[in-house]
Amino acid sequence: MRLLTHNMLSSNVKGVVNGFPLRLEASSWVEKEVEFNADFLRSMFPKIDWPALAGAAQKIGYAALPDTADATMLESEDFLKKFHHALLEIHVEEGALVCPESGRRFPINKGIPNMLLNEDEV
Amino acid sequence: MKLKQLEGLLGNLEQFSDPKVELEQYPTGPHIASRLLYMAESMYGDVSGKVVADFGCGCGTLGIASTLLGAEHVIGFDIDSQSLEIASINAAELELDIDLILCDIKSLGPKGKFVDTVVMNPPFGTRKKGSDMEFLSVALKVAERAVYSLHKTTTREHVRRAALRDYNAKSAEILCQLRFDVPKIYKFHKKKEVDIAVDLWRFVP
Repeated sequence: MRLLTHNMLSSNVKGVVNGFPLRLEASSWVEKEVEFNADFLRSMFPKIDWPALAGAAQKIGYAALPDTADATMLESEDFLKKFHHALLEIHVEEGALVCPESGRRFPINKGIPNMLLNEDEV
Repeated sequence: MKLKQLEGLLGNLEQFSDPKVELEQYPTGPHIASRLLYMAESMYGDVSGKVVADFGCGCGTLGIASTLLGAEHVIGFDIDSQSLEIASINAAELELDIDLILCDIKSLGPKGKFVDTVVMNPPFGTRKKGSDMEFLSVALKVAERAVYSLHKTTTREHVRRAALRDYNAKSAEILCQLRFDVPKIYKFHKKKEVDIAVDLWRFVP
């Protein structure tokens, strides 16, 4: 699971009002190089929840992203490279996503988060 | 990539080894899958450089086809962990990266328009009525540009009405009609092979 996907997922356990962002716990991850595409990054930027991305990246030891970001930073090649790396090149293999409100854990095995809910959670 | 080449690559993918009838798991054949994605890309530019979600991805055929046509990021969603394992192997064999998520499409939270395009071959809703429309409803909530989906031709007017009136689609257009070969994979199938007419739709959310 890439951090871009993490940025899109939320907890939908019954009764939870704000299930985003899911807290990332990662015990293993891999990095894979992806072709750099500045246009894609610029078009994605407005849709990304920045604190969620920066927070998740920090959890796996990538602290190069600033805590806050705005559109003017997209002019900087250096910023785009870091954004690119965090968004697309890190794959979480094992760990969990934790609902920020209920504490419900969604395990990640072999890179696949299990977001299935139990009957009493729907 | 040429259409024939895409179809050829998809033809090599592994499919369900033990399909589950309650989930209406029919593999999306390489003929249909390659045409769906090829039209989405060549006619509308909805794939290359985009974020694409494959709803009910099964063994990953449509998601993998999206990656082959240049999608920047692809996420496959399915409720069946065994299918996702096969999807994962299929992607790895072609050295492609797609993200996979084990979840029920119905409980996928509406976190805004998080993808550009949704591609899907939903359960036809024959065994469990309305499941194809549940998929469509969620797809139209999360897609920003377009939703490509296959529905039985016999349900055409119902699909159009629901999309435009109930799910607020801006447009609902049939790109072509295809024959869906459903091989005899379940015991209740009496004929050797059933040929179902399906419409390939493009919806604009």
